[in-house]
Amino acid sequence: MAPNHKPQNRKYVLLRLWKYLYQYKIILFMAMLLTFSSNMLSLIGPSLAGRAIDAFGITAGQVNFPKVYENIALMILFYVFSSVFSYLLAILMITLSQKVIFKMRKDVFERLSDLPVKYYDTHQTGDIISRITYDIDTINTSLSNDVIQIFTSIITVIGSLTMMIIISPTLVLVFAVTIPISIVFTRFMTGKTRPLFRKRSAKLGELNGFVEEIISGQKVIKAYRQEDVMIARFDEKNDAAVDAFYEAEYYSSTVGPSINFINNLSLSLVSVFGAILFLMGRLSIGNVSSFVLYSRKFSGPINELANISSELQSALAAAERVFRVIDEPIEGKDRDHAVELTDPKGDVKMQNIHFGYDPDKTIIKNLSLHAKTGDLIAIVGPTGAGKTTLINLLMRFYDPQGGSITIDGINILDITRKSLRKAFAMVLQDTWLFEGTIFENIAYGKRNATREEVIEVAKAAKIHNYIMHLPQGYDTVLNEDGINISQGQKQLLTIARAMLLDAKMLILDEATSNVDTRTEQQIQEAMRQLMAGKTSFVIAHRLSTIKNADTILVVHDGNVVEQGKHDVLLEKNGLYAEMYYAQFQNQN
Amino acid sequence: MKRLIEYLKPSLSRMSVGLIIKFLGTIMDLLIPWILAHIIDDVAPQKNTQLIFVWGGAMILCAAFAVLANITANRMASKVAARTTRQIRHDLFSKITYLSCNQIDTYTIPSLISRLTSDTYHVHHMVGMMQRLGVRAPILLLGGIMVTLALDPALAMVLIGIQPFIFITVYIVSKKGIPLYNNLQNAVDMMVRSVRENITGIRIIKALSKTDLEKQKFAQVSNEVVRREKKVGVTMAITNPMMNLYLNIGLTLVILVGAYRVNAGLSQPGVVIAFLTYFTIILNAMLSISRIFILASKGLASFNRISEIIDAPEELMIEETPLKDDDFHISFDHVTFSYHKNQANLIDLNFKLKAGQTLGIIGPTGSGKSSLIKLLLRFYDVDQGGIYIHGRNVKSIPRDELHKMFGIVFQNDILFADTIAENINFGRDLPQEQIVFSTQLAQAGEFIDTLADGWLHRLSIKGSNISGGQKQRILISRALAANPQILVLDDSSSALDYRTDANLRKSLNAHFENTTTLIVAQRISSIMHADHIIVLEEGSIIGSGTHETLLKTCESYRAISLSQMGGEANGTQS
Repeated sequence: MAPNHKPQNRKYVLLRLWKYLYQYKIILFMAMLLTFSSNMLSLIGPSLAGRAIDAFGITAGQVNFPKVYENIALMILFYVFSSVFSYLLAILMITLSQKVIFKMRKDVFERLSDLPVKYYDTHQTGDIISRITYDIDTINTSLSNDVIQIFTSIITVIGSLTMMIIISPTLVLVFAVTIPISIVFTRFMTGKTRPLFRKRSAKLGELNGFVEEIISGQKVIKAYRQEDVMIARFDEKNDAAVDAFYEAEYYSSTVGPSINFINNLSLSLVSVFGAILFLMGRLSIGNVSSFVLYSRKFSGPINELANISSELQSALAAAERVFRVIDEPIEGKDRDHAVELTDPKGDVKMQNIHFGYDPDKTIIKNLSLHAKTGDLIAIVGPTGAGKTTLINLLMRFYDPQGGSITIDGINILDITRKSLRKAFAMVLQDTWLFEGTIFENIAYGKRNATREEVIEVAKAAKIHNYIMHLPQGYDTVLNEDGINISQGQKQLLTIARAMLLDAKMLILDEATSNVDTRTEQQIQEAMRQLMAGKTSFVIAHRLSTIKNADTILVVHDGNVVEQGKHDVLLEKNGLYAEMYYAQFQNQN
Repeated sequence: MKRLIEYLKPSLSRMSVGLIIKFLGTIMDLLIPWILAHIIDDVAPQKNTQLIFVWGGAMILCAAFAVLANITANRMASKVAARTTRQIRHDLFSKITYLSCNQIDTYTIPSLISRLTSDTYHVHHMVGMMQRLGVRAPILLLGGIMVTLALDPALAMVLIGIQPFIFITVYIVSKKGIPLYNNLQNAVDMMVRSVRENITGIRIIKALSKTDLEKQKFAQVSNEVVRREKKVGVTMAITNPMMNLYLNIGLTLVILVGAYRVNAGLSQPGVVIAFLTYFTIILNAMLSISRIFILASKGLASFNRISEIIDAPEELMIEETPLKDDDFHISFDHVTFSYHKNQANLIDLNFKLKAGQTLGIIGPTGSGKSSLIKLLLRFYDVDQGGIYIHGRNVKSIPRDELHKMFGIVFQNDILFADTIAENINFGRDLPQEQIVFSTQLAQAGEFIDTLADGWLHRLSIKGSNISGGQKQRILISRALAANPQILVLDDSSSALDYRTDANLRKSLNAHFENTTTLIVAQRISSIMHADHIIVLEEGSIIGSGTHETLLKTCESYRAISLSQMGGEANGTQS
């Protein structure tokens, strides 16, 4: 597909994640400061413990109690501070990561809103949802733990290393062996697991895409008893997702124990050489003890870093998917000199339009038409002739590959999309209502619509009575997949919504296909008043509803094959006449 | 929780083996500091360098064994997690596909989606981590305590003394955490809904230039998710520092007590040093445990949401009902129904159809036409009366058998992102000829032939790469392909032009004469030739009979007819 589907550069992804963090640099800075102090405090702990133990003396009765007490009191004080700091730190980090997550979700969503319609026609809803939930969640988990963990680790490593060097530079040499091993191993494993984590995110996205599709279509699946078939298909996707998960874990789960092994190795070396150094009289027993404690402290974060590296891999894979959405090219920017379409007259001209959703498969070939201000243009034709495509082009959901469309003589490519779309009121066959009250749904297109206005259009759309029957009237909340409203009623609501718009041009794409004809006629009556002076494009199959059109365009195979008024077309006895009479044809 | 254990049962043997391996590996981890203490306290004073190396070698051996054991055990744990998740997801999905429509309406689709996706991976995460940390951490903890008991019981008592504080903290925090996580997941539902709503409505949103408003709306929802996540995060974050504090205080106490014991000659400094090492192990174990509890709270909240669905009572059970003795294929006997059980959506419907007859259903928007179809398929149960097929109450017919009788196209039906052939076949393993034939009958053959890859043409999501009329023809093919005994077309020719519609009717008549057909339509022309027509208005039948009778007896029908066909309404039997 798009060229940006190739795996992104890891450094680049990291850099971008960092930029998100960097936006909150004050919090980040405070967090680092806290990490630093709380770690410093706990680092001092072992050395205090060592001092206390040194005060024990060698044999019974030699314990220097005042010294022990002194060190113990200090230890408690330091540990309390350390805990308080680390709680504050956790809160800071949660705040930070939630801010980042919020920003990231916002960026994804805003980008989604600006993407061309085509994106939605080619990407599964569930996969998009998966990016905004699972993938961002994964990043979140990693951010809230790992950033601080990395920082802590660095501090602890440097701190304990310093302490160890102070105690015994010779013993530290042990780490010259083990640390390089850790680094090489971790690098090797991350290289190995990166593609696996990428796959894991992708497979989960696929699974989610499938789930969304199937649950949305549950009615038809029930009717065709396809439950078991769908379950079998689900199992396939589920297996793929689970296997991808397992594969990633298969490798990443070796990292922890392996690094632990390397740590144990250094511990063994430390004790052997520590003992030898003690024998040689170069170290006290208390020093050996402190050194061991520090070396444990030292290896802990290294262990953590290794674990983090796999978590980080999964976060990076998720981030890639998220950034891919954010990087998706938005609906082409308006041209630089694009003008606002203000107060259009509604003179629409299409000239020699060529178009195919797939550029290789032309659907519309050389189509031309002219709708004068106030005209009612009906577009009819056999199914699949490209009628809806015309609407997609008019609204600039897609741009034609050849030819031009002008409104009042201005090429629509030179008009800002926003003002172009605002100039149209559109009612489509598939009704879209959102979870909100009926009032909100009708008033959706017009800012600050008053209740009176809404009631007025609802009356014109013949839906007022139904609304008044509902328990909360206009304040009834519609569920997205709500059952308490029929398809036809939904359509009436969307018609009311369109009526409320103050647009100069009107598009009705099968807008009344689910409405009974009587209601439709009443609506048309209302519309006619509304449409006076407005250019309207009507796609309808019920030819009875378009008899009065100023121009009827008969589209066939992407061309306008006939054009004219109802009577003229009937006389012509062509495709239109054939279609018109077909509706009265006896089936025998 | 009990349910979760049930899910883990099949993996019990694997888990136990993993646990044992992990246990052994962990013992090795514990041996290492013990050897360390031994080297420092016993071997070093002997001034025997060789012995030091021997013990050092033993340490390395232990470490090597530990790494192998831990990797094996981790992989086994991942396997168990994968298996368990697979099963939970499978069960959840199966259950969802078999939920009644009523239940789906109640749970709502976005919530079901997020349970199946986001909640299942929380559970996956939990099961995996619980084993990896959950086995290791308690063993380290218990083992650590045992070894310390052996080393010096008095000092170990200090350690044990702190444990109750730790457990109380963990208990309180996780008790608070679960409802908070549940709360969070509910907000995630809202977010899923919001995103879904936007995707489905993108054309309208763009047409109305409402993207800015939608962005704001999403920001609100997203903000709520973040707020709740923060709340639960802040609560759960208490555990770690508290654990740290308890243990470090314990450590300090050990030194204090150790000082007295060493002074009294009851202990040695080396023992205290070893103690401190064990303390670090125990501290890390405790931190792991607190992490487990955070994970577990999150996972359990999600698991509860999942089992809420899995345990949902089965609705629409098969009921034994007496046979009705008549020779009608389909009959509605005084059927009354309402979705919300307050206001009736269908009132006292009464009609009968013989096999092979065609029923036309017409009526204004919202009069209950689609609801009638849903009742016939038993998506919902009637409130009163009964629906019979061949004298059998639909409640008594097994779901599979019932639905097998039907070929159906719903209003706003759905096509899937798959090939045309598969969309028609729809998993039924129909022979190729039958599919081809069905497309000819459904008037779809022609346009399929014009596609470069014909049958194998892949539809994009929700069939968005073909026109509305083409979609309907594929849907009709799907309905016809298996030669159903009952064909239901719910406003499924609305996007067909008249010519195609007429041709469709013709071929239906010719090839499906034994099929009982129910057609819901807005167009008179689609149903005027039906054997029987019912006119619905506000859920009641206000007229029934043939086209001719209805023209005479039903005012509404006459009005519809006039409006659609003008003066030609009567004279079409040419």
